[in-house]
Amino acid sequence: MASLARLKIGKPGTGRVIGDKFVGRAIRIYLPLLALLVVTLFPFYWMAVTSFKSASELFDFSVSPLWVREPTLAWYQHLFTQTNFPHWAFNTAVVATISTLISLFCSILAGYSLARLRYRGADSIGWGIFVTYLVPPTLLFLPLTFVIRELHLFNNLWALILTYPTFLIPFCTWMLMGFFKGIPRELEEAALVDGATRIQAMVRIAIPLALPGILAAALFAFTLSWNEFLYALIFMNDSLVKTIPVGVTQELIHGDEFFWGELMAAALLGSVPVAVLYSFFVDYFVAGMTAGAVKG
Amino acid sequence: MASVTYEHVTKKFSADTTAVDDLSLSIRDTEFMVLVGPSGCGKSTALRMLAGLEDITSGQIKIDDQVINDMPPRERDVAMVFQSYALYPHMTVHDNMAFGLKMRGTPRADIVSRVKEAGRILRLDNLLARKPRQLSGGQRQRVALGRAIVRQPRVFLLDEPLSNLDAMLRVQTRIELQKMHQRLGTTFIYVTHDQVEAMTMGDRIAVMNDGLLQQVAPPREIYDQPVNMYVAGFIGSPRMNFLPVTISDRQAKASGFELTLPKATGLAHGTLGIRPEHFVPNVSADDAAIDLKVEVLEVLGADQYLYGKVGSDDLIARVDPQLKVAVGDRVRLGVNMQRLHIFDSETERAVF
Repeated sequence: MASLARLKIGKPGTGRVIGDKFVGRAIRIYLPLLALLVVTLFPFYWMAVTSFKSASELFDFSVSPLWVREPTLAWYQHLFTQTNFPHWAFNTAVVATISTLISLFCSILAGYSLARLRYRGADSIGWGIFVTYLVPPTLLFLPLTFVIRELHLFNNLWALILTYPTFLIPFCTWMLMGFFKGIPRELEEAALVDGATRIQAMVRIAIPLALPGILAAALFAFTLSWNEFLYALIFMNDSLVKTIPVGVTQELIHGDEFFWGELMAAALLGSVPVAVLYSFFVDYFVAGMTAGAVKG
Repeated sequence: MASVTYEHVTKKFSADTTAVDDLSLSIRDTEFMVLVGPSGCGKSTALRMLAGLEDITSGQIKIDDQVINDMPPRERDVAMVFQSYALYPHMTVHDNMAFGLKMRGTPRADIVSRVKEAGRILRLDNLLARKPRQLSGGQRQRVALGRAIVRQPRVFLLDEPLSNLDAMLRVQTRIELQKMHQRLGTTFIYVTHDQVEAMTMGDRIAVMNDGLLQQVAPPREIYDQPVNMYVAGFIGSPRMNFLPVTISDRQAKASGFELTLPKATGLAHGTLGIRPEHFVPNVSADDAAIDLKVEVLEVLGADQYLYGKVGSDDLIARVDPQLKVAVGDRVRLGVNMQRLHIFDSETERAVF
């Protein structure tokens, strides 16, 4: 009421109030956001700028490293013609896509059953999966190396496609379990009474409603496998089967010699697909899918 | 169109939580049966067992002559309206109503015509393309009903379908539900904690408490002849007055008055039950009478409630709103001897 009265009576007064508000918001919200943005984007900016510099400019310490005077695509050309980067990119895409799909399939079923079905030991299985996720890959790679050797999968993309789900499935299951738990149980009960089987209730009701969660899980899984380093480093020795993170760090750095231009170009290209995916699906993360399902 | 029979049905959620305890109840074909009781009394669990959403610990449930204990929900051919409506948020009103038919493989043309018909009955014609979140509470409620009626099920199950509506809409929907029941001629099983809904809608009422069925009877009988103090106190608003009395022969003595019971009871101690509406303002010489010391007055237009004390006992009386009373007054009221109840204080069972 007080603010309403002020709005009606004195226009100068309201102006001051709005002004104060704006300054307040700027200090409390936009300033910290700006700082965060600068900190986050600065490395990307530097990476991008560096990748467009010619060799002479790259090593000229008399000018600011944060600006490029004569942009050139030479490093990109070099990357695609002189290195195995196209292979790495292809391998990374294949491995990330397939392992994400496998993991999602398993995690949707696992997450749904842990969230919904009452069976003996469901809770302990849930915790077990969580604990599995906490075991660091630096511990797991030893036994996994043994398994991969027994399967004769060294230097084969399947080595990665099959090992990535070991950390993706626990992660996605745990995440999806939360999403499935958030969907009101009555919706599926209504479907069951309406004539659906348990599977139909899941496919037609629970999964469409968990879609934002499933997409989020997919995105995280894809990003994790896209950037995965340790397993790829150990299981992939042949240059043609390497993924981007391994190929870039192994073949664009020789001892203490850094091929800065190609490194930066490759790193930039490597981060583009993930960035594109994020921006493409961002709308789906706006939740509210379940609004209106129950009550008023 | 079907009868439903519960035979010694018990539901235990764990060793020491019994939700429904040895429930035996038979619901006739086309009957409107109301299960009523406070929250946690097992009424919803009883309904959910019939729908197939809860396992039955022991006993059996039959629809007509068929035992349905182990039948999956989809084969039971019942429709359920949930308290929260449980509309599928990602589907339009039309698809919400069509879902059950689709699952049953009903031909498309049939689905469209049946959904249209239900939409017309429930005044949802213009809303068929909307999503649930674009509807008001009352409209959502009607969609939930529509989803049930398009299926033309053997039995309708309604789990507190009105409790999320505001008071006016609730009264209106209550009447619509009764009309719907008459038109459809299907068995309705309706769960509520609201005694007004129970009294107004039910052909018969089953009162439950603590997992135990207390009484099954038509509304009037539940009101006139409650079998125990629980039912007597649960049905009727304000609730029945309970006064401890000592009885010798047919003389019952309360803390503030004495009266002669119409029948012998064989009890030495009992509880006298008088509904607030069963006091009369004009007392003739040989009627039993009480002197009520008024502590609080409630004038509601059509009624006037007096809250006060008789002797050391609290008492509520409903009187004519024209009667001029002030707080602190002593009001002499007659007791309608035909409507008296006596309960055994130990077992809480009604003697009459």
